[in-house]
Amino acid sequence: MTSEPSVVEVTLESDLKNLEVAEEIVRRVAGTAGFGEESEHQIEMALHESMINAIWHGNKNDASKRVWLRFEIYKDRLEIHIRDQGVGFNISEVPDPCSQDNLLKVSGRGIFLIRTFMDEFHVKYLPGSGTEVTLVKRIDPAQQPK
Amino acid sequence: MSMKATIRQVDSVMVVDISGRITLGEGCAQLRELIRDQLGKGNKRVLLNLADVTYIDSSGIGELVSAFTAVSNQGGQLKLLNLTKKVHDLLQITKLYTVFDIHDDEAQAISSFQKA
Repeated sequence: MTSEPSVVEVTLESDLKNLEVAEEIVRRVAGTAGFGEESEHQIEMALHESMINAIWHGNKNDASKRVWLRFEIYKDRLEIHIRDQGVGFNISEVPDPCSQDNLLKVSGRGIFLIRTFMDEFHVKYLPGSGTEVTLVKRIDPAQQPK
Repeated sequence: MSMKATIRQVDSVMVVDISGRITLGEGCAQLRELIRDQLGKGNKRVLLNLADVTYIDSSGIGELVSAFTAVSNQGGQLKLLNLTKKVHDLLQITKLYTVFDIHDDEAQAISSFQKA
């Protein structure tokens, strides 16, 4: 049986100035969930990159649009849902930034870092509503507060 | 905290002490402008001291790559000094660790330019 998660929900204006606001929130949430410092930083970076994708690519840097964040703390994992008002993207079309041909490209590392730092990464297009990205990081039982 | 950069010349090398965040927006733009400015002045030996960089994102990494390419294309050299663990790990993960010439001792880094 899965117990009910603790939930934190935030709605932010689609503006890069809100990146640090989101980072501050996720640091607190990750700390509450019981993650260690390194995992906390990885989660923070994954959220940062997801927020950039939502603001820059999804909402086309339009400050009148919104980004919704939902943090769900379960006993064994943290789930973060990031929803924008864009039309989504196909993960399979994102090139590998570590291949020799792409190594010196200036952009294209955000999704790669998210995938590296999180245990799960899902993208779902919600017709008429936007795109929702889900990030999952499992909690190492050894790090959980007693 | 946004990015701050101070430039000092050691021998023929422009050492750029960077602190704060190299992230999409202001931080990346500042770094791009700084490199453009140095190249415009004919300074083609650049050492970026990243000791006090608190945060770098994928755009910041891209900006380092862009700076490296811009300096190399002008026949110059751009090297990195004093990576924090976070920056070091990111360059390893993205396989850029082998692209950059990375040092943890300023005097050695400076002398590596002389040999080039």
